[in-house]
Amino acid sequence: MNSPDTTDPRGTAALAISARGLVKTFGKLQAVAGIDLDVPRGMIFAVLGPNGAGKTTLIRMLATLIAPDEGKATVMGHDLRDEADAVRSSIALTGQFASLDEDLTGRENLLLLARLWGFRGRQATGRARDLLEAFNLSDAANKQVKDYSGGMRRRLDIAASLIVTPGVLFLDEPTTGLDPVARQGVWRMIRDLARSGVTILLTTQYLEEADQLAARIAVIDRGRKIAEGTSRELKATIGSGFLHVALGDASDIDRASALLEAKLGHPPKRNVEGGALSIMADTPKAANEAVAALMADGIAVTDFSMGTPSLDEVFFALTGDPAEPEKEQAS
Amino acid sequence: MNDITPATLKHVERPARPGGMSNALVFGWRAILKFKHVPEQLFDLIMTPIMFTLLFTFVFGGALAGSTDNYLQFFLPGILVQTVVFNSVYSGMGLSTDLGKGLFERFRSLPIWPLAPFAGLMVGDVLRHFIAGSIILAIGLMLGYRAEAGVFGVIGAFLLLFAVGFGFGWVFILMGLLIRTPMTVMTIGFTLIFPLVFASNIMVEPETMPDWLRAFVDHNPISFITTALRGLMGGGVTFQQILLALIAPVLLTVVLAPASLVAYRRK
Repeated sequence: MNSPDTTDPRGTAALAISARGLVKTFGKLQAVAGIDLDVPRGMIFAVLGPNGAGKTTLIRMLATLIAPDEGKATVMGHDLRDEADAVRSSIALTGQFASLDEDLTGRENLLLLARLWGFRGRQATGRARDLLEAFNLSDAANKQVKDYSGGMRRRLDIAASLIVTPGVLFLDEPTTGLDPVARQGVWRMIRDLARSGVTILLTTQYLEEADQLAARIAVIDRGRKIAEGTSRELKATIGSGFLHVALGDASDIDRASALLEAKLGHPPKRNVEGGALSIMADTPKAANEAVAALMADGIAVTDFSMGTPSLDEVFFALTGDPAEPEKEQAS
Repeated sequence: MNDITPATLKHVERPARPGGMSNALVFGWRAILKFKHVPEQLFDLIMTPIMFTLLFTFVFGGALAGSTDNYLQFFLPGILVQTVVFNSVYSGMGLSTDLGKGLFERFRSLPIWPLAPFAGLMVGDVLRHFIAGSIILAIGLMLGYRAEAGVFGVIGAFLLLFAVGFGFGWVFILMGLLIRTPMTVMTIGFTLIFPLVFASNIMVEPETMPDWLRAFVDHNPISFITTALRGLMGGGVTFQQILLALIAPVLLTVVLAPASLVAYRRK
């Protein structure tokens, strides 16, 4: 990826975020149940998990919006509890729901924030103009935000986080609800930002998004971190590869499934549409032999391929639940 | 969609930290922009007081005070008080609306004076009170009201009204912080305000009321405020009247401003 892949953090000085044992409980629900996190500076780091896994709670704690019940953390070297104001000076947060004033125009929203940061007069208008230009919003600058499309809001929202270059940018589900084109645009923006040296911590429920953007991924489920690593490392944790087989006749599925399981020694996973199977294969040779065995048994194989597991499969293997497809997932 | 241009991504350092007052003025500017973009809110603000003024003056005025002219002279300062107190509900509703969206999350993650957003609400309030008050006064003048104490009396009256709006504003800011739905803020707000406004000397002098009610009316802070305002506009106000009028706004501010800050921090 674009960012330096620092798998071995060199002490907290090199870390943008360092958290130990963060816990947050709401009533009876333990939203975050003891999470450790080390995010090196300049990296895109993804927190991946299904709805309700505790991603937003985690990010809100790190952005000083809610206090953790237990645990401690530093953000850009400042203690979350004792130096909250210093933390706020070095971060920016783009929440899940656009944090914009709907009644004001795009330009006024940026001006408002620029002035709150302490830019005056021409400096403030200049900052707003630059950001509007950079995020391709100049034409809509004088329109009220309530007339913006979803993609435009997201862009303005991210622009609003960059009035002052933050040390860490928190992005809570940056592309949820966007169409594929707008999503690609936001991804490009995130990569550009990371290239400029901003550390980015993003949460997502899209495996593809984490795979595409992040140098490191932490997988969160039910308030706990269940795995962490590069996307390649995560895929490697569940075996060398997957054999994908498409059958000519869907009614052969039971026979094919039994045969593959006997040959490869792993449970096959059936494709939802039917007529196709995926199964873990320890070596390419074993996969090859298994396909040969299917054909020898008179089962028509229309297509087969060997691939590293997708993050979907990793997620399935780690949590035991299939990755939850969002109803709006478009790409 | 364009890529971000490198020029914009140049590292932008934070300018010198602005003072709390500067933060507050920025929020005040936001409140003013709201008037520009949502002018219909003014309609809500002034329709009720205009209706009250016309209704009470022409329907009840003659019966209550012998003539509509006499009654208007008595009622107009009172309706100004009522307008300001009713309108202070709106900042609580606005706050509750803002909090329901993500906007305050961003404000809270900024290194700014924590009370600044509220101070900004207050600026909006003062502006609202000024606009609504001026319109009501203008209508009153057209109907024949005469402020016998002259321009300075009216200026003094408006200053008192701002103080009243500021004090009562905290009640609804605190409610806006604690109550999630703007409609509930309005309902509870008016439930509290109605008895306070009607059981006062805004509409009638309490002489004909039963003793228990009269005792309440005589000690109702709204009555103190109305008496002082009548004195300011009509002449003959005493220092003591103004002090009595200021007790409630000052107390409310001293108690509720810190309480609001605690509620805001805890969210």
